[in-house]
Amino acid sequence: MIVAQRKSIPELVDILKGQKKILVLGCGTCVTVCLAGGEREVSINASALRISSRLKNLAFAVEELTIERQCDNVFIEKAADAIKRNDVVLSLGCGAGVQAIAERYDKPVYAGLDTAFIGILEERATWTEKCIACGKCVLHEYGGICPVTRCAKHMLNGPCSGSREDRCEARADRPCAWQLIYQRLKSIGELDRLKSIKAPKNWGASIHGGSRVVIREDHRI
Amino acid sequence: MSNESFEPLLIAFCCQYCSYSAADLAGSMRLQYPPNVRIIRTPCTGRLEVEFFMKAFERGADGILVAGCLEGGCHFTEGNLLARGRVGYTRKFLSESGLEEERIRMINISAAQARPFVDHIHEMLATLKNIGPSPLKNVNPSKNVEIRT
Repeated sequence: MIVAQRKSIPELVDILKGQKKILVLGCGTCVTVCLAGGEREVSINASALRISSRLKNLAFAVEELTIERQCDNVFIEKAADAIKRNDVVLSLGCGAGVQAIAERYDKPVYAGLDTAFIGILEERATWTEKCIACGKCVLHEYGGICPVTRCAKHMLNGPCSGSREDRCEARADRPCAWQLIYQRLKSIGELDRLKSIKAPKNWGASIHGGSRVVIREDHRI
Repeated sequence: MSNESFEPLLIAFCCQYCSYSAADLAGSMRLQYPPNVRIIRTPCTGRLEVEFFMKAFERGADGILVAGCLEGGCHFTEGNLLARGRVGYTRKFLSESGLEEERIRMINISAAQARPFVDHIHEMLATLKNIGPSPLKNVNPSKNVEIRT
């Protein structure tokens, strides 16, 4: 899922300064699960904005709404009336959600969250990055552990020899991805995979080749 | 309003397994505490959400006391630990919004601790008197539209 983090209230106030009728729009999918932009966070942020507004005489009129998914037109349509009766939308969706709303309505749409990464809930209240969407998945080569995402140096032919114990040289709070890859391949009997030298990665399929599009011709009418 | 004449409105969310019983016991023991405390019984402090606290402040509460079981003694194992985190998170939002974070506090007491319960109420009220009235009091809430669908 997509993991995001909240912006602070002073940041939001700064973004919204000068606006009057504000719709705080939540998303019921990824950002609800990572506790950043669901119905609950919409309520908390809206309350905090109202409090800030009263204390600083900003005259915000804040409305709250959460839709099932901000990146899908079927659900966005359910917010149409609320968007129309407000001056501006503060989206608590991910970057895709913010842009999906902005493309469909002639109103300013601001990002209320910082979208962080594609990841999973690793343990209670802790999300970790697992995929950078490089466009050409190599997970089968590495026992299901992504060196492109989880190795700080993105090494396809690791390890880098800089790790200490089982910790990453660049980030001591994270495990060395190559240590994990070695242990995993050993446990599933696929250590032989490490004997072949991998060719340099073609990053053309990644964001470096420009914004990407996926088209399924068989589903087009 | 001078702080001497100011009587704070304190909302006390009390867990029914501990502090609500302690408040009950305080009554049976004829222990006195000021009447400006509104006790709200909750099935567990783990039921309390950050938005409950924010709404209470938005509507003019001067302070909030969250009273849960002793740590390790929650009837639902960890509800009071969840509440501790949420109170901390609320404090962050309060200070970012411009309100004093000392306006919300969590305490842990058992059902037998009537006197400590009363002491905590007195302490919290003294803190609130020191801080002063909430600047959100007497503000017409209709100026701030709130619609939930």
